[in-house]
Amino acid sequence: MENAYKEIEKGYLNMELLRFTTAGSVDDGKSTLIGRLLYDSKAIFEDQMEAIERASVGKGEEEVNLALLTDGLKAEREQGITIDVAYRYFATPKRKFIIADTPGHVQYTRNMVTGASTANAALILIDARNGVIEQTKRHSFIASLLQIPHLIICINKMDLVEFKQERYEEIKKEFSKFAPKLAIKDIRFLPISAKLGDNVVDKSKNTPWYEGPTLMYLLENLHIGGDNNFLDARFPVQYVVRPQSDKYHDFRGYAGRISSGVFKTGDEVKVYPSGFTSKVKGIHFGDKALKQAFPPQSVTITLEDDIDISRGDIIIKKNDTPKIEQDIDLMVCWFNERPLQIRGKYAVKHTTNDVRCMIKDIEYKIDVNSLEKDYDDKVVKMNDICRISIRTTKSLYFDPYTRNRETGSLVLIDESTNETVAAGMII
Amino acid sequence: MDKYIINHLRELEAESIYVIREVAAQFERPTMLFSGGKDSIVMFYLARKAFWPAKVPFPLLHIDTGHNFQETLDYRDNLMESTGTKLIVGYVQESIDKGKVVEETGVNASRNMAQTTTLLDTIEEHKFDAAMGGGRRDEEKARAKERFFSHRDEFGQWDPKNQRPELWNIFNGKKKMGEHFRVFPISNWTEMDVWQYIYMEKIPIPSLYFTHKREVFNRDGVWLAKADFMELKSSEKTELKDVRCRTIGDITCTGLTLSKANTLEDIIIEVAATRVTERGGRADDKRSESAMEDRKKEGYF
Repeated sequence: MENAYKEIEKGYLNMELLRFTTAGSVDDGKSTLIGRLLYDSKAIFEDQMEAIERASVGKGEEEVNLALLTDGLKAEREQGITIDVAYRYFATPKRKFIIADTPGHVQYTRNMVTGASTANAALILIDARNGVIEQTKRHSFIASLLQIPHLIICINKMDLVEFKQERYEEIKKEFSKFAPKLAIKDIRFLPISAKLGDNVVDKSKNTPWYEGPTLMYLLENLHIGGDNNFLDARFPVQYVVRPQSDKYHDFRGYAGRISSGVFKTGDEVKVYPSGFTSKVKGIHFGDKALKQAFPPQSVTITLEDDIDISRGDIIIKKNDTPKIEQDIDLMVCWFNERPLQIRGKYAVKHTTNDVRCMIKDIEYKIDVNSLEKDYDDKVVKMNDICRISIRTTKSLYFDPYTRNRETGSLVLIDESTNETVAAGMII
Repeated sequence: MDKYIINHLRELEAESIYVIREVAAQFERPTMLFSGGKDSIVMFYLARKAFWPAKVPFPLLHIDTGHNFQETLDYRDNLMESTGTKLIVGYVQESIDKGKVVEETGVNASRNMAQTTTLLDTIEEHKFDAAMGGGRRDEEKARAKERFFSHRDEFGQWDPKNQRPELWNIFNGKKKMGEHFRVFPISNWTEMDVWQYIYMEKIPIPSLYFTHKREVFNRDGVWLAKADFMELKSSEKTELKDVRCRTIGDITCTGLTLSKANTLEDIIIEVAATRVTERGGRADDKRSESAMEDRKKEGYF
């Protein structure tokens, strides 16, 4: 028992969190792969397994259908399709994983974008028999657009091409031809068979020519320490903490999550939009005082000077100014059945700030399959991706999305329905 | 760069605190559901961290089925008193007395369905526009697709096909009059994360979670506690066993685990080795394959 306690201290409390997204359809073996990762890491429990066995038999299927594990809603189970992002969890002694599992059809681009927005890595499956298809390009493009740092290309169903190295190399070459169009630095390839387990958790005897890691090893060891931006100190104020108690009578803390960069006590800071400067007096995390804070920590910061700061303001390190503009160009993915309205007005949520905007123009639309730009078609419908320009009612304090995923992103909201209609990445 | 790394529990904690603060900032009359179970204990603990040194800026809400473990109520009352937190209680018994719901009868009778009515009535009575709950996506497959900010129409219903996309750190809490939100700050936690966090932060929990001797009986493979309002079938006999709770809910449908786990470390080891989900012991989920989804659509948490 003593040893087991030590294991807890050493192991569980020392794990990192990795979020990844998987995109694809049932046909390319995505559900089987997720099922295998969950099963092999013991994240599927007996009663869950029994439930899907019951359901598979009820539908007259011969084998246990692992896809039923990921199809959560009744409507989906009845129709045999996945209509939304589902989150799955598993852990190994090294890391806890959150999978954002999204369907791969063209009409669900918006779900893929949603799943990709917080991911460290994207898993893309290619059927070894079919090679690179339109869907592969679409998924890779979205991963790149959303700036997922790591792309893992699993060339699946290797068993159906007799584990031939030539086929693997051929597909790798095919993918590498269009890879320069992507803004992803870290791209890995793996030959796997999700169904039989080759190179998923254990190294396959069928691919002696492959010297790289297994998928599980890669997920456990992918270097994610550098995924956050630790350079530009940005702290959007989320909530002002005023205790109004005798003990903390004068306490005025600014609560929020560090978007990027590192804040230390004593740092000279500047607050926007007021432009006032001050110094970091304290960094609080519950009743603990910290010397520094960095993303993705949620803390409360106090300043040396009493200045008027409220939700939506941003605290930055002095001499490291973000962009301050009202006319903004951005890439958007449209989410709503009602098409984008040129000259239309929308509510904007950007960090903790709320403003309004008018869409001035659509510059071009992108065909997500060919990656070609279309400058003529100005009708933007659900799942379309395009470049637009907007004018906001007040200045936004931002960084380009490629530099900062937190301060470079925003959503548009239809003010008549309150629905989130678009995700925007500032250029 | 590697020195700027926090472990998975700290990252989940940071995310949950962000969500709780977002609720306090975006809504006028938020509340946090508190059942006395481990998930709501952790959620309330996170809320206290989020607003320290101020008190939690919203009241807590307990929907009381009347079928409680006494230990849970004692724990709840002590915690509210020591933290100076306002607690509102909605009583299922009142909904029954007023004739708003008809109590189920028979051996499998449970007040789980009736809870939904009491919850919606209490939300309306106090004009709450957001209610935070300790639901986790790993609990059940309908929950796996739930958003952090879950929009409910004026009838309190969930429409899974019409959920708002949630991206990055941005949560859209805009709503019309009469509508409200359910918010799940610990969506991304698993059962194991919750236990590890309780261990890491040394959070006190009700004694029910540790092993104790109790009179229990077995129904369809699930161990249930003997209580005055529980009807037994003729074939069921009570026995004295070493048990502990893996979840704490209404006593009529909370399955107990045969266990000798005496410390948090024991529990973590037990959870790591166990092969059945915690809701596997909840009779209310076994009613049909989509039991949870159907209840959620009606306004259940």
